[in-house]
Amino acid sequence: MTPAKSNPLTFQELILRLQTFWAERGCILQQPYDVEVGAGTMAPETFLRVLGPKPYKVAYVQPSRRPADGRYGENPNRLFKHMQLQVILKPPPENVQELYLESLEAIGIDLRHHDIKFEEDNWEAPTLSAWGVGWQVMLDGQEITQFTYFQQCGGVDLFPICAELTYGLERIAQFLQDLDSIYDIVWARDPQTGAPVRYGDVRLADELQFSVYNFEAADVDKSWEHFRLYEAECKTLLEEIRVNLDSVEASGGTVSVSVAMADGGQTAMARALRGPILAAYDLCLKCSHLFNILDARGAISVTERVGVIARVRALAVGIAKAWVDQQKLEDGFERDIEAKPNQKKKVNSNKQLSPVG
Amino acid sequence: MPDFLLEIGCEEIPARMIDAASQELRERVGALLTRERLLSGEISSLDTPRRLALMASGIAAAQADVIEQITGPSVNVAYKEGQLTPAAHAFAKKTGVDVSHLEKVSTPKGEYISAKVTKKGRTAAEILAEGLPKEISAIYWPKNMYWRKPSERFVRPVRWLVAMLDGETLPMEFDGIRAGNISRGHRILTDAPVAIPRSGSAYVDSLRAAKVLGRAEREHQIRKALDAATRTIPGARWREDEPLLDTVVNLTEYPSVILGGFEAQFLALPEEVLVTVMRDHQKYFALEDANGKLLPHFLAVLNTDSDPHGFIRQGNERVLRARFNDARFFWETDQKKSLLERFDLLRNVTFQKDLGSYYDKTQRVQRLCSWLSEILKQNEVVVRPGVIHKAACLAKTDLTTELVKEFTELQGIIGGLYARVQQLDPNLPEATRFAIADAIYDHYKPESTDDDIPRSLEGAILSIGDKADTIAGMFALGLVPSGSKDPFALRRQANAIVKVIAEKKVPIRLSELMRDARSGYQKSEAEKKFVDDRKYEDSVKTFFRERLEFYLREVCGYAYDVVKAVLGADADDVVDALARAQAVKQVLHMPEFQAIGAACKRMRNILRQADEKGIAPAERVETQKDSSDEEKNLIRYLEQSGDKVEQHRKKKEYLEALQLLSAAREPVDRFFDKVMVMVEDHQVRANRLALLRTLLHEFSTIADFSEIVTEAKA
Repeated sequence: MTPAKSNPLTFQELILRLQTFWAERGCILQQPYDVEVGAGTMAPETFLRVLGPKPYKVAYVQPSRRPADGRYGENPNRLFKHMQLQVILKPPPENVQELYLESLEAIGIDLRHHDIKFEEDNWEAPTLSAWGVGWQVMLDGQEITQFTYFQQCGGVDLFPICAELTYGLERIAQFLQDLDSIYDIVWARDPQTGAPVRYGDVRLADELQFSVYNFEAADVDKSWEHFRLYEAECKTLLEEIRVNLDSVEASGGTVSVSVAMADGGQTAMARALRGPILAAYDLCLKCSHLFNILDARGAISVTERVGVIARVRALAVGIAKAWVDQQKLEDGFERDIEAKPNQKKKVNSNKQLSPVG
Repeated sequence: MPDFLLEIGCEEIPARMIDAASQELRERVGALLTRERLLSGEISSLDTPRRLALMASGIAAAQADVIEQITGPSVNVAYKEGQLTPAAHAFAKKTGVDVSHLEKVSTPKGEYISAKVTKKGRTAAEILAEGLPKEISAIYWPKNMYWRKPSERFVRPVRWLVAMLDGETLPMEFDGIRAGNISRGHRILTDAPVAIPRSGSAYVDSLRAAKVLGRAEREHQIRKALDAATRTIPGARWREDEPLLDTVVNLTEYPSVILGGFEAQFLALPEEVLVTVMRDHQKYFALEDANGKLLPHFLAVLNTDSDPHGFIRQGNERVLRARFNDARFFWETDQKKSLLERFDLLRNVTFQKDLGSYYDKTQRVQRLCSWLSEILKQNEVVVRPGVIHKAACLAKTDLTTELVKEFTELQGIIGGLYARVQQLDPNLPEATRFAIADAIYDHYKPESTDDDIPRSLEGAILSIGDKADTIAGMFALGLVPSGSKDPFALRRQANAIVKVIAEKKVPIRLSELMRDARSGYQKSEAEKKFVDDRKYEDSVKTFFRERLEFYLREVCGYAYDVVKAVLGADADDVVDALARAQAVKQVLHMPEFQAIGAACKRMRNILRQADEKGIAPAERVETQKDSSDEEKNLIRYLEQSGDKVEQHRKKKEYLEALQLLSAAREPVDRFFDKVMVMVEDHQVRANRLALLRTLLHEFSTIADFSEIVTEAKA
């Protein structure tokens, strides 16, 4: 019996089932990130959390905007904004592939009656200086998931690595409901009448209007201006963050807790720990999205293109590095306070805290 | 003699990497067994996407013991008054031999005591457990990863290991996994882990029971199933496709095949598009009728045993329908803007970051193609300038179409198809338009040395011009391919240029082509980053010489020394080099040329040594009154046949020229037998040197015969 034939999941049931599945396996359920991103990977829950040594498990739906992919709602298989369910498992459990296959069973796919293949596909995101190896998961000839073992992110080698599962929710819903058009996907049914609300009812206007904006109406000069402003602010923030991180480093990476806490948070340590990297990252995401709009608008010339990508990447790499450094400080700092709350003690910013007699 | 089994259980290995890795593992383990004196039988493999396994039958359970004779102290030291000294006792103790078994040996240095020591052979289990991890981790992967420690790399995470000698598990470990006797079956068709009773056929049987088949069996099963499914459509046959078959064989552990269909209306789309979608994107085999026309069916290879409910077929049909719908949508959208209108859009398509846009490239290629056409015209080859000009102008415009953005591998082909259906210019006769379309369609060809060259001369010129422009730009930037690094596939493009020139007999010299291609970049922004002209010309020259050598050897099959000799004379004119190679090959077996080859080597050496000593040959050769007969003879030969040889050479009648040259053997041989070149008399010496130089030049314009490998003297 195929789910495609008998009462298949609605779009929202599909999301709920997958979220429940991963929550039951220890994932935090995050909410979609509220800045435009091109993929779930770009949300800080992935981009920043995969850095550094702390284990983390998270799942979230991420509406992902790709302005150039818009088709004014006319193409049954293309969207300007599609939904990904993103799962990050850091470090990946040994049975991560089996877990993934179980999740398919959980949404009503009886694998005994289908053809599943893991075909090589190595993910790479030059603007984020990130890459990994993995597969596209093919179900009866349809790619339904991108499965990646991250190796590098923001130019930083990862340790431990993580597994990233990116479910293409529209494709899976199309598969479950056996539909030729995304817009026919049943998003929800009225609990009383069973009357369907379809994907097109919910999202068609979105697709049409943003296609108009991205391809025709977006003001090129203003978009450039926005880009420059966001980039400038991001750089300013990053520079200050960097200075503060480096000054802790310069002081041998050691300050005493009381010194750090004193003086209204004005010590080098405090300034380094308070550095608003997350805000800088939001600004970087804005730049990335504006780049995509300008690209869809055909406004980026050949000579500019490579340069602009490099500018966004420079921000992302700077942010990743700052994040790693800040995390190291924070780790040492927290452990220090826990260990000897009333005593002055040294914090080593670079390595693990060494016990001091 | 136990049987050995190793199975590396892995998450899905990329299909393209399995065969090479399997072979390497077999070679590595084979070498280990041989090195350690354990090998006696055959090594066979069983590979699937989830495992690399190998079986070595009848290996030694342990190395044979080795008896070594170890030399100790000299007899003088070992004995004092007929008694063994402490030094001798110490030696016996060290070697583990009873003093009563010590022997005396005599050596050139005198008499010594010695001990016969039996070095116990290590067991196979010990050796393999120690040696295998190193061999496994040394396997080359085009792309690998780490998952546990950054220092441990493999293609994908290793999840289990089976290592057994007969029924015994080997105590080995790799990347944190301990070997056991538990394998796994097919992901979906088998639930439980698979206990392997022992190595050898029992392993293969256990896997088969768990729905896992070896490569050959999978291929057989797929072929059989493809045939069976095809037979249900009368008159149909499936399109044989070796690379696709290799891919699906390595994507499955237990394959089966389904026959699917699509709406006949999609057959209105070009076959190129349909086949690309099916083969490259969906990994389906296409079906055709007896005339080779596509049928509205496809064959998909599954990694499961059956599709009893037809769900898998339906799913695949839906996916294909969506893809075909997309293609049709793109096709229709693309027609809203003709290729002519797209020309300007090329400003926004990057060719290479330092070399500007495809708009710039198009203008350069147009210029280069006009120049090529001009040269051809001078050589009385007819080119349709209108065709070449327009084709060069539109060749890259399909890069802005939706269809090419979706199916990049169809670049050029789509442009050609669009040019055929679009009204490019109302004044153009249909035949011209079709010629333009064909030239665009073919201009990426040949994509390999096996691929056909463009059908028309205009297509050939466009193909050469496009590639020469790319190579010129990259080399001028200093982006020269080295070793395995050739990210822009410049070698492939240069091979294509050589092949097209050779097969279309285009009368151009490579250096001129590349000089003109380089001049297309004059005064461009890119030029600021270019290397100097000398460096450019040198690197291009070396590069094309290698490509021409490759073509003559690998594609035409000429022997190594023929190619060396031919290219030693000139490596710039492809058509000419081919003609010379053909002639040289025919005369090579003649004893005259073996002798001439030796003589050329001698002449070259003498001239070089003279040059090193600062001794210059005379301006010209003259018969002098005290010239020896042999010298006069040789001069006479030159005077008599020199002009004739030259005439043949001009007409490219190389075989005739060589036959005339073969007559030189006798006077040359006699000259070297009797005449000394480096004599005291300055004038005589200079004259003789000049004679050698002229002769060498005479011989070397067709081939450098000093490169000919002389057969062993009879």
